[in-house]
Amino acid sequence: MSEMSYNEIVLEHFTNPRNVGEIQDPDGEAILTSKVCGDMMKVQIKVENGAVADIKFKTFGCGAAIASSSIATEMVKGKTVEEALKITNNAVVDALGGLPPAKLHCSVLAEQAIKMALEDYVNKHKQG
Amino acid sequence: MDRHVYLDHAATTFVKKEVLDEMLPYFAEKYGNASSLHRDGREARAAIDRARSRTAGAIGARDEEIIFTSGGTESDNLAIKGVAEAYEQKGRHIITTKIEHDAVLNTCEYLEKKGFEVTYLPVDEYGLVSPETLEKAIRSDTILISVMFANNEIGTLEPIDKIGEIARAKNIIFHTDAVQAVGSVPIDVEKMKIDMLSLSAHKIYGPKGTGALYVKKGIKLSPQSHGGAHESKRRAGTENVPGIVGLGKAIELAGANIGGYAERLRAMREKLIRGIQENVSDVRLNGHPEKRLPGNANFSFEFIEGEALLLLLDMAGISSSTGSACTSGSFKPSHVLSAIGLPAEIAQGSVRFTFGDANKEGDADYCIEQIIKIVQRLRAMSPLFAQEKGMRKNV
Ligand SMILES: Cc1ncc(COP(=O)(O)O)c(C=O)c1O
Ligand code: FES
Repeated sequence: MSEMSYNEIVLEHFTNPRNVGEIQDPDGEAILTSKVCGDMMKVQIKVENGAVADIKFKTFGCGAAIASSSIATEMVKGKTVEEALKITNNAVVDALGGLPPAKLHCSVLAEQAIKMALEDYVNKHKQG
Repeated sequence: MDRHVYLDHAATTFVKKEVLDEMLPYFAEKYGNASSLHRDGREARAAIDRARSRTAGAIGARDEEIIFTSGGTESDNLAIKGVAEAYEQKGRHIITTKIEHDAVLNTCEYLEKKGFEVTYLPVDEYGLVSPETLEKAIRSDTILISVMFANNEIGTLEPIDKIGEIARAKNIIFHTDAVQAVGSVPIDVEKMKIDMLSLSAHKIYGPKGTGALYVKKGIKLSPQSHGGAHESKRRAGTENVPGIVGLGKAIELAGANIGGYAERLRAMREKLIRGIQENVSDVRLNGHPEKRLPGNANFSFEFIEGEALLLLLDMAGISSSTGSACTSGSFKPSHVLSAIGLPAEIAQGSVRFTFGDANKEGDADYCIEQIIKIVQRLRAMSPLFAQEKGMRKNV
């Protein structure tokens, strides 16, 4: 089995996760379940003037999932929706200073859920 | 956080001082090879003989029925592969259970690749094997039944004497992995009609990397390592004298006080179970309410994930273990929790606490207090909990 221990950045975000919670009347939201482990991530966003004014997540997931969503939500907050959509899983893992190889899919779960919430906003916006 | 509460005795235990004290001279002073004829060799041989008597005595076996090994894993391998190879002319069918330790399961899977057939018996919601189902699974070509004495995850104690009865009546060899049971439950291989039994020193306050296999006189065993004539030609290799001495002392100490030890553990364990059940909602106790190892408590906390719980417990100084898929490497929930019928998302929130001699009065209380806090905190960030509690829109 691969190395399972987390570095200090990961543990810090896991212990004090940013942006946990829910948004009333979000402009975009998504719930995603990981195909790998069955864990779940929910992301909601509020958009003002084309930028991510607020973002919140909730997760039924492991330490890496919590840390990834914490740092990834920090990374997109304040960015325009267009810029925010450019977030990559690699960027999330880099910002965390690395994850154990077996835990890379947890950061994918965070990144994908954020993208889906952004896309949900874009789709609603187009229609309305 | 200074406080440290070790609640993972099923994973391993510390080495007791009395055990270490007996082992130490066999490293640098009494270092003879037990196969040598000179005084140094005889001294090592005598130490091994004494450990063999102590080990045999602890389970009601005869000295010559004990083979020393490198631990529970090797004992299981030697028992199952050793019998399979020695009796394959008679038949190629083996019966075991779905909840065995990987040391048994993966050995059986290996044998399946070699052309043996294996029946993996189901268990009920408590993890119990049914003797009736077992009896029905027996065929004319069945050569071995292997059922664990006590499960390492949920602590369930299997009906070993009933299984022994059935196996003996049908003249089939009966092996039991008693790695978790030794020291916590009285064992008598004669009365329980056990033909082979695996045990390990590091679960009973002895050293890691040492164990034993009891093999009833008359049972053939094909050796799994080839070399010198050690251990009556059943396990080649220069004996690990300090380890064997440590196992002998540890099992003697354990045998001298099984009742008191079990009582002490049960009291702390019951306190934890009561505290959790009274203070935490949506929690399930896995395993059997009574037929379980005295030190074992295994809970599923719904709506949260076990690894996150384990990490936060660790930060609070509590060492535990989880059946969550997220830490298994395979991302499948524990095979034991699946076998008792737990849905994957509930198995995901499972944590095992196992008490032992590293614990003292107050540990259960501290653990209860921390679990309440941590579960609350993780549930507050769980989308499942919010949905379940109907708070989705308003909070
Ligand atoms: C039921 C059971 N069997 C076998 C083993 C393996 O024993 P060892 O660690 O000595 O190889 C263990 C220990 O984890 C166990 O709990
Ligand atoms: S999110 Fe399931 S293992 Fe990390």
